[in-house]
Amino acid sequence: MERTHVVTNAAIVRIAGTAISLRGPDIDTDRIMPARFLKAVTFEGLEAHLFADDRVAAAREGRVHPFDEPARAGARVLVVESNFGCGSSREHAPQALRRRGLEVIIGESFADIFASNALGIGLACVVARRDDLVALHTAIADAPGRRVVVDLAASLAAWDGGSIAISLPAAARDALLTGEWDSVARLLEDPAAIDRVAARLPYLDGFA
Amino acid sequence: MARTLFEKVWDLHTVRRLPNGQTQLFVGLHLVHEVTSPQAFADLDARQWRVTRPDRTFATIDHIIPTGPQVRPFADGMAETMTAALEENCRTHGIPLFDPASGAQGIVHVIGPELGLTQPGMTIACGDSHTSTHGAFGALAFGIGTTAVRDVLASQTLAMAPMKTRRIDIHGRLSPGVYAKDVILAIINRLGVHAGTGFAYEYAGDAIDRMSMDERMTICNMSIEGGARVGYCNPDETTFEYLRGRRFAPAGERFARARQWWHGLRSDPDARWDDVVQVAAAAIAPTVTWGTNPGQSVPIDGRVPDRGADPAAQASLVEALAFMGLRPGQPMIGTRIDVAFVGSCTNARLSDLREAARLVRGHRLARHVRGLVVPGSQAVARAAEAEGLAAVFQDAGFEWRRAGCSMCLAMNPDRLNGREVCASSSNRNFRGRQGSPTGRTLLMSPAMVAAAAVAGELVDVRSWSGLTS
Ligand code: SF4
Repeated sequence: MERTHVVTNAAIVRIAGTAISLRGPDIDTDRIMPARFLKAVTFEGLEAHLFADDRVAAAREGRVHPFDEPARAGARVLVVESNFGCGSSREHAPQALRRRGLEVIIGESFADIFASNALGIGLACVVARRDDLVALHTAIADAPGRRVVVDLAASLAAWDGGSIAISLPAAARDALLTGEWDSVARLLEDPAAIDRVAARLPYLDGFA
Repeated sequence: MARTLFEKVWDLHTVRRLPNGQTQLFVGLHLVHEVTSPQAFADLDARQWRVTRPDRTFATIDHIIPTGPQVRPFADGMAETMTAALEENCRTHGIPLFDPASGAQGIVHVIGPELGLTQPGMTIACGDSHTSTHGAFGALAFGIGTTAVRDVLASQTLAMAPMKTRRIDIHGRLSPGVYAKDVILAIINRLGVHAGTGFAYEYAGDAIDRMSMDERMTICNMSIEGGARVGYCNPDETTFEYLRGRRFAPAGERFARARQWWHGLRSDPDARWDDVVQVAAAAIAPTVTWGTNPGQSVPIDGRVPDRGADPAAQASLVEALAFMGLRPGQPMIGTRIDVAFVGSCTNARLSDLREAARLVRGHRLARHVRGLVVPGSQAVARAAEAEGLAAVFQDAGFEWRRAGCSMCLAMNPDRLNGREVCASSSNRNFRGRQGSPTGRTLLMSPAMVAAAAVAGELVDVRSWSGLTS
C-alpha cells in the first residue's frame, strides 16, 4: 500500500503570549487529566477537564486555580516546577494542554513519557534552572497580562524586565525547529531497513 | 566489547539513527488496550493505512471493564463504546483480542507474561506506563502515548531517545513479612520519584536472583513510579522455567535454541552502567505510603515524617499531609482504613492472592471495611478458585471480582467514595487516583492489605504472620 512521506509540520521556533504559572513539584497526569475523562474515543473537548479536581478543590477553598484566571484564558506558555507529567502515560494530558492553546511548557524537569508524548504533538517541553524559574513564576504571577517570548532557536525566554536561558534535548529541539516533530513519516521512510532488523530477530519466527 | 542487556537488546532492534539523533527501534511485541488506542486506530484509518504487523500485535480489555456482571452492552455507555471500538479495530486489522469470551482476558501486563508472549530480548511497547513490568523477563519494555501507539501500528517501530542505565543491586535476604512490593517502595523512597528520568533501571543482586517471576514483575512494574520508563532483570533459569510450556513460548527444540539465545542477552559482568546503587534487603521493612506520590513512604513501624529533605520536598509534604489528613509524627500503625483493595498489575497474580489469603484465612473483615479482591486475569481467577483462595476471601467477607484494573484507577464502577481511606496493593497514591477526588490511598503489599482489612487499621504484618501460621 502507498504511504505518503510528506509531513513536515509547522516549525516551532518562537512562541509569544501570556503565561500560566503552576506551582508544585511532581504534578502527575492523573491530576492534569483525571481518569474519568479518559472515557472517550477521541481527544476532542478534553481541554475543558484540565485539572478538574484541583480546580474544584481551589474553588471550595476560595482560591482561583491558575487555569481559571480569566486574564490567562488565552495563555500560550505554561510554567511549572520539577518532574511535571509524572505517572500515567495518558497522552490525554498533553493533548488537552495543547488544545487549550498552550504551545510550550517551561519547567525544571519533565517525566520521560510526558515529554515524548508532548513532542509528538508539537508541544515543546523546555527546561530552565530552578532560580531562573522562580524569577519567571514571580514575573507571571505579578502581572497576569505579561507576555513571555520563548525563542527555541535562541534558547531564551524573555519578558519585559527579564530573560532566562532555556534548553531542551538536542533531538527535541531539532524536531521542533524543523517541523519534524511528528515522527511517523520518518519511521515509514525506510521499510527495507525495518525488514533487515526483523530478519535478524530469532523470536519473530519462533526460533525455527 | 562488554555490554549491558539494555545495550544488547537496543542495538539488536536499532533500525537506524533518525536525522534528529533519535533511534528508530523495531518493536517486537505491541500490546494494546481500549483506553489509549482508539485515537491511534482512527488516525490510521483516516490515512487509509493498515496495521503493519498484526501478527505481533495483541489486544485485551482491562481498564474500563466492569468486574461485576459483564453483560453486554455494559451499563456504562462509554465503556461499551470503547469496548466496541476496540473490537471493531481488532476485527478490521486482524489483531487477536483477548476478551472475556477468550478465557485469557486480564490486565495487559498480567496476560502478556502469562501467555508467554513476553519473552527475553524483545522490545515491547504498550500505551501504558506500567509496560516496564515486562522487563522482568529481560525485555526492554516501553510505556508510550497514543501518538506513538499510532507509530507502532503503522511502522512497527518507535522513535526513542537514548537512555542511561542504573544498576540497582539488592543483596541479602528479605525478612519474613517483607515482599517485593516493599523492596520497590523502599527503592523509590530512597532514590526519589524522578531519579529515574532518562534512565533504564537494571535490578540485580542475589535477592533478585532468588525472586520468582511474579516478584520480579512487581519490582519492574513500579520502575515508572521512580521515574524510570524502563526496568529489567537479567533472564535466568527462573525466567526460562516460567516460560516453558506457555501458549506462545517456543516448545521442544525451539525452546532449547531460545534458551541459549536468551541466556546470551544477560549483562556482561564487565559492562558499564552509568550508575550503580547498592540496597541491603535485610534493612527493608514492610513499607506503606503516607502521601500523594509513591516516594512518600515509611516503614510500617515508622511515623509520618515532619519535614522534607529540601524546601520543595517540604512544600509537597505539607500539601500531601493536608490532603491525607495525617499529622507529622503520627505512627502509621493504627491508621484506620475504610476500604481494602487487592488487585492491579503490580500485585494481582496468583502468588499475591495466596499471600493475602494466607493472612485472612479464618478471619473476618473488620466491620467497617469494604474489601475487594480483583484477580489480574481470568487465568489467575480460575487458579485461585481451584485452590480455594476465592472461597477464603469470600468467607472473610471480601468481594471476589472478575479480572480487570478495577480500583487501581477507577475507570469502572469500582471506586472510593468521598474521603475514604484505602489500603491498596496497587501502584499509585496520586490524588483522585482511585475515583474519588478526595479519596486517600495507602500503598502496601497484598499481605499488608489483607492484615489491615481484618484489623480495620494498619498493622505490622510481621507480627501477624505469627498469628496465622
Ligand atoms: S492495573 Fe492500574 S496501573 Fe496496571 S494497567 Fe491497570 S490501571 Fe494501569
